[in-house]
Amino acid sequence: MFYIYCPHCEEHREEEEFHASGEAHIARPLDPDNCTDEEWAQFLYFRSNPRGIHHELWVHAVGCRKFFNITRDTQTYEIKEIYKIGQQPTVTAE
Amino acid sequence: MQKYSGFGLLKHALSHHENWQRVWRNPQPKKKYDVIIVGGGGHGLATAYYLAKEHGITNVAVLEKGYLGGGNTARNTTIVRSNYLWDEAAHLYEHAMKLWEGLSQDLNYNVMFSQRGVLNLGHTLQDMRDIERRVNANRLNGIDGEVLDAKQVQEIVPIMDCSENTRYPVMGASWQPRAGVARHDAVAWGFARAADALGVDLIQQCEVIDILTEDGAAIGVETKQHGVIKADRIGCVTAGNSGVMAKMAGFKLPLESHPLQALVSEPIKPILDTVVMSNHVHGYVSQSDKGDLVIGAGIDGYNGYGQRGSYPTIEHTVQAIVELFPMFSRVRMNRQWGGIVDTCPDACPIISDTPVENLFFNCGWGTGGFKATPGSGHVFAATLARGEAHELAKPFSMFRFHDGSLIDEHGAAGVAH
Amino acid sequence: MTQKNRLKTGGRIERGKPMKFSYNGRSYQGFEGDTLAAALLANGVDIVGRSFKYSRPRGIVAAGAEEPNAVLQLGATEATQVPNVRATQQELFDGLVAHATNGWPNAELDLMSYVGKVGGRMMPPGFYYKTFMYPQSLWETYEKFIRKAAGLGRSPLENDPDTYDHLNQHADVMIVGGGPAGLAAALQAARSGARVILADEQQEFGGALLHSKEQIDGRPATEWVTKVVEELRGYDNVLLLPRSTVNGYHDHNFLTIHERRTDHIADKAPANISRQRMHRVRAKWVVLATGAHERPLVFGNNDVPGCMLASAVSTYINRYAVVPGNELVLMTTNDHAYHCALDWANAGRKVVAIVDTRANPDGELVQRAKQQGLKVITGSAVIEVQGSKRVSGVSVAPISADGSRVTGSVERLSCDTVASSGGWSPAVHLSCHTGSRPEWRDDIIGFVPGKTVQKQLTAGALNGSYSLQACLEEGTKAGIDAAANAGFGDSAADVKAPQANAHREGKAMPLFHVPHTKPTSRAPKQFVDYQNDVTAAGIELATREGFESIEHVKRYTAMGFGTDQGKLGNINGMAIAAKSLNQTIPETGTTIFRPNYTPITFGAIAGRHCGELFDPKRYTPMHKWHLEQGAKFEDVGLWKRPWYFPKAGESMQEALNRECRATRESVGILDASTLGKIDIQGKDAREFLGRVYSNAWAKLAVGKCRYGLMCGEDGMVFDDGVTSCLAENHFIMTTTTGGAARVLEWLELYHQTEWPELEVYFNTVTDQWATMTISGPNSRKLLSELTDDIDLDRDTFKFMDWREGTVAGVPARVFRISFTGELSFEINVQANYGLHVWEKLFEQGEKYNITPYGTETMHILRAEKGFIIAGQDTDGSVHPYDLGMGWCVSNQKPFSFIGKRGMAREDCVKPNRKQLVGLKTKDPQKVIPEGSQAVNDPQQPLPMTMLGHVTSSYYSACLGHSIAMGFVRGGHDRMGETVYYPQADGSVIEAEICSPIFLDPKGERQNV
Repeated sequence: MFYIYCPHCEEHREEEEFHASGEAHIARPLDPDNCTDEEWAQFLYFRSNPRGIHHELWVHAVGCRKFFNITRDTQTYEIKEIYKIGQQPTVTAE
Repeated sequence: MQKYSGFGLLKHALSHHENWQRVWRNPQPKKKYDVIIVGGGGHGLATAYYLAKEHGITNVAVLEKGYLGGGNTARNTTIVRSNYLWDEAAHLYEHAMKLWEGLSQDLNYNVMFSQRGVLNLGHTLQDMRDIERRVNANRLNGIDGEVLDAKQVQEIVPIMDCSENTRYPVMGASWQPRAGVARHDAVAWGFARAADALGVDLIQQCEVIDILTEDGAAIGVETKQHGVIKADRIGCVTAGNSGVMAKMAGFKLPLESHPLQALVSEPIKPILDTVVMSNHVHGYVSQSDKGDLVIGAGIDGYNGYGQRGSYPTIEHTVQAIVELFPMFSRVRMNRQWGGIVDTCPDACPIISDTPVENLFFNCGWGTGGFKATPGSGHVFAATLARGEAHELAKPFSMFRFHDGSLIDEHGAAGVAH
Repeated sequence: MTQKNRLKTGGRIERGKPMKFSYNGRSYQGFEGDTLAAALLANGVDIVGRSFKYSRPRGIVAAGAEEPNAVLQLGATEATQVPNVRATQQELFDGLVAHATNGWPNAELDLMSYVGKVGGRMMPPGFYYKTFMYPQSLWETYEKFIRKAAGLGRSPLENDPDTYDHLNQHADVMIVGGGPAGLAAALQAARSGARVILADEQQEFGGALLHSKEQIDGRPATEWVTKVVEELRGYDNVLLLPRSTVNGYHDHNFLTIHERRTDHIADKAPANISRQRMHRVRAKWVVLATGAHERPLVFGNNDVPGCMLASAVSTYINRYAVVPGNELVLMTTNDHAYHCALDWANAGRKVVAIVDTRANPDGELVQRAKQQGLKVITGSAVIEVQGSKRVSGVSVAPISADGSRVTGSVERLSCDTVASSGGWSPAVHLSCHTGSRPEWRDDIIGFVPGKTVQKQLTAGALNGSYSLQACLEEGTKAGIDAAANAGFGDSAADVKAPQANAHREGKAMPLFHVPHTKPTSRAPKQFVDYQNDVTAAGIELATREGFESIEHVKRYTAMGFGTDQGKLGNINGMAIAAKSLNQTIPETGTTIFRPNYTPITFGAIAGRHCGELFDPKRYTPMHKWHLEQGAKFEDVGLWKRPWYFPKAGESMQEALNRECRATRESVGILDASTLGKIDIQGKDAREFLGRVYSNAWAKLAVGKCRYGLMCGEDGMVFDDGVTSCLAENHFIMTTTTGGAARVLEWLELYHQTEWPELEVYFNTVTDQWATMTISGPNSRKLLSELTDDIDLDRDTFKFMDWREGTVAGVPARVFRISFTGELSFEINVQANYGLHVWEKLFEQGEKYNITPYGTETMHILRAEKGFIIAGQDTDGSVHPYDLGMGWCVSNQKPFSFIGKRGMAREDCVKPNRKQLVGLKTKDPQKVIPEGSQAVNDPQQPLPMTMLGHVTSSYYSACLGHSIAMGFVRGGHDRMGETVYYPQADGSVIEAEICSPIFLDPKGERQNV
């Protein structure tokens, strides 16, 4: 069970308080109406799903209800960094 | 292939079992094959077997980075059923079910397919509506099944708490008598042995590290241990690692790999004769021929390749089992483990051509791949042999996510298969 | 019955406290401080079970968690049965009742063993894969017989009377194992002021020191243990947990400890104490000091009762004052096991011989044994045991220096006990749980913990540091370091570890499988895994057949899959496989241990979260009233919602008919408090609503309400509800009961990640408001009698308006919205006033025959009007147009709202999709069962072409006929056509496709 630092509450809390919400930095296209079906599908469904460094979105669901990003190794489950929405990760693959 | 039988066993007993043949060869890979299957799990091995048996394509290699059947084939809860909601899924899984029914004889390997029936419990009015809908669809698709009320459920599983005293009383269930369980390892080994006998090269400890392409078409793979191996067609059957394989070929898949956990109790004397599944309380259980209660959980919400999940998932599952079977409270959990399941947004697999010519993927089985093993292999073999999707595989193209023709089995399949 | 194997003196037992127990129906006596195993051995009980496959008699082998054979059924009553208790870990209590789990008619005289003897040769590993296949139809019959042999103990057949609980713990330093290393670590960590938890599976701390004759700081080691434990007890920052097994080590230093609080006294336990407790621990740093397990050697008939681990023999003698036999032969590859022979001799019993596999052992203990006159046979091994129900003798033969073959003639020795030691295997289990792979070390002939990303230190025998001095030093250092890493104490402090007396030990020999004069396949059975009857020949056969990965070997032979999880056998099995494959052990690999270290009850894992407490229940403020009225409830999410309110003698349908009629004819009342309510504020709230709903919100005036549909980015409907404009920048959104939490999280997701520039705030207020809907032609009259500050005039308080005012003396928001098609008012008051207002409505409404109705009548009334229920009439695969709700989609909005692009995808705009329609049965009294599937031709062969299913179907008392809604492919263009619904009983229900609005299509009733 993960031990997650909520950057908004500024403390570590148990994983049970959080929900994983999939890959981070999947921006909604600014002009959906002019996306092709394929482009829309890329936004909606297609994911990088890496073994290793993964930037992912979490929400402190039963805490402050704020979303934030985690960079985590999907192999070792080690959390490498936590950063707020709008910020960019400093730990990246390769 | 040395034929297995009771008589053969007796004969070998007399020579102290010193003369059993190898179940499969341990060949050096050739430079080039007609077809390379990446992934030596149940689905990959079944694909290779049917390629050789049904399509006469025997110049085939199965490349496995670890050992045969060592991924999700070795880690699932062995449930086999075909009572899926949507026509496309129901036909595919029923195709598999029919193959299961003669598989031990076909492979000359006892996969211990035990048709002891599967109950999918309903605990709410909406559960029961969904069950009615699914069983009606199954019936008209020619798949066995009936809707039971709580009393009938109690007759089938006398030890389950079907009273009004639980938090979510059992209201009824769907019942598929032909469903059941099989011996998971035996499925991989049986397919492997039979494929090997037909000339397929099973290469273990051979990790694919790149997919080689030329002019947008796949021409082979690069492996860590044996360098480049070429092929006319490549089929990736790598379950949780499919996203990693797709990246090698330069595209993404609509997949996320999640941990899926399972656990077993200590062996106890036979007490549960059927398979009980409940999506509502999130747990399912059967008893193996060895006596272990085999219990499955839902997936963990995060991506994970660690073959382990989080403890609260185990807690919730065990709570569900104790809720359904209060007498199991004093029975002990022996061992837990995790697999890596590649989940699709619509809880249905991908059996598909890809943006790269001659490269095909069979993945996205999520939590429910084991039951499909022979069917999956069968239709994927046809797909690889012909270079276009088998009729039953057509709806499962990865491009369904482009046009929106998803086959949403979430309602019917819930968290657990 | 006398305790014939009990020594007159010694041991950590209370001779003044004798305890009676029964085993297989016979009474015995032991002492407080005994384990059940010790007491059985004291009484000379040799056979504790029969083996799984061959039904061979089995005796006690070990003294701890690694015991494979003494797995018994405990319990004096049906409800308190405990299957598969390891007798070596069960403390004895007065009145204990135990049975062997296998053997027919009993374990002593097991007739199945004859089958095992005769048929055993037919049962090599994997035999079941090779047979029982023909004919196909007989497998189910074969399986019945196979299953009969399955299992060890049995499940109780009654519900567990005990309770279990959970305790969350936080520790700076969590120390696993209370042996010398763990105690030394705990002492240092405790002194630093860190919060320390020390857990050990045994009833007292000390680990191996409890049966050791070693000295620490010049005094008996047990005195040091007592002193340390006393000091630890004095610290407030230390939690000592004996009888507590750390069974799982999870990511980010989360550990679970299974504490057995009453198992040692069982039904003598005081009431109100939980039987077991799971500590869920989050630790800053972890020190693993889990020690090592001794490996037995693998030799012919090594499972005959009387064959034991050398260290276990010492444990029984020193700790329990029990000598488990009279004449001992010890076989060893190392010096340490000489303790066993020395202890045996000191106990006054005969050591027949020490058979040392090494040619020239010369360590200090070897010398001591020789000095004491014990016979040491070197360069030799016990290749075979004689005896069936108890060892009667052994065959000893010289072996080659590499241990691969017998080199000389065989000598027979008479004895009744064979102790063996092949060295030690560090208990790496916990270190594996988080995915770390153990690493092989040739120098210690064992696996040690591998690299880890956890904040974890290891100490003592777990590291392969087998000497007591090393354990104390490593423990001391680990305690200091762990505390310092967690922010306590000084890592540079020069602390001297306690001093143990040192022995000069000779080099151990890496031997696992003792050779026999015959090839393994023909030698007497040499057991590797006792519980699963896995033999050396079986492992060799597996590799011969091509199962070359150690995982294949394990799975093919079932090695390590027992309740002991291969603690004794796995390394031996790996070594045998490696030899057979001509590989080294590290080349062959290792197996990763998974939780649990030892099995734990489901009850402890579940804790209190079972029965009524499985999930929380949510009640509305009027719940008590519903109960008093005899409502039947429906589970919706966590909520208990009234389903219907039957009167005495009424059937469900009768109750529904009455509730429906009363509502349409006068006034009905629904408790709608469970609907999700989200308060939305901010200057961009309106813009936000326009983005997340499919319809338009720009012009919704203050005081107005609007129904909205929510879709996902895929265009599929996922929730709906009415949102009202409370003030220019203030809205209240309602959601479905089950969807409330999901919708809120979804709103937050879009706000926080996509449109943070919008100024908007969300808060759930579901629990803050009680909501009651009065519906029917008399609802206005009724409401007017309870409010004097809300103008209820139909032309000023219009349909889809809301007003603030006072109802029954309480501040209220009243919404004139309708889910029944009748004139309706939804009254919202502060939750605390809910019951008060509800009761007032009944008081005033009595003259209108105000009738409470539940969800079922609500469903019927809305279905008469063709209103959908998200989740029942939708399933994640339908967009608004499929539902015939295109009127609720505004494509004119400047912002591309969520769902717009999705529902424009190729598959979503193609003709002939499944569309929601109304269905009128040909037989108006016939109600189509919900979930029925439509076909055009009910005579077509299977598989049929299905067109869609019935989503909602009821008998409408108000209309006098059945009504239904359902999906039909292309249904919107098939009005008036007939479809067929084949039923399970073979009948077919015929229905005509129609508009789903069955009642009052013009909407006049809600506007009276």
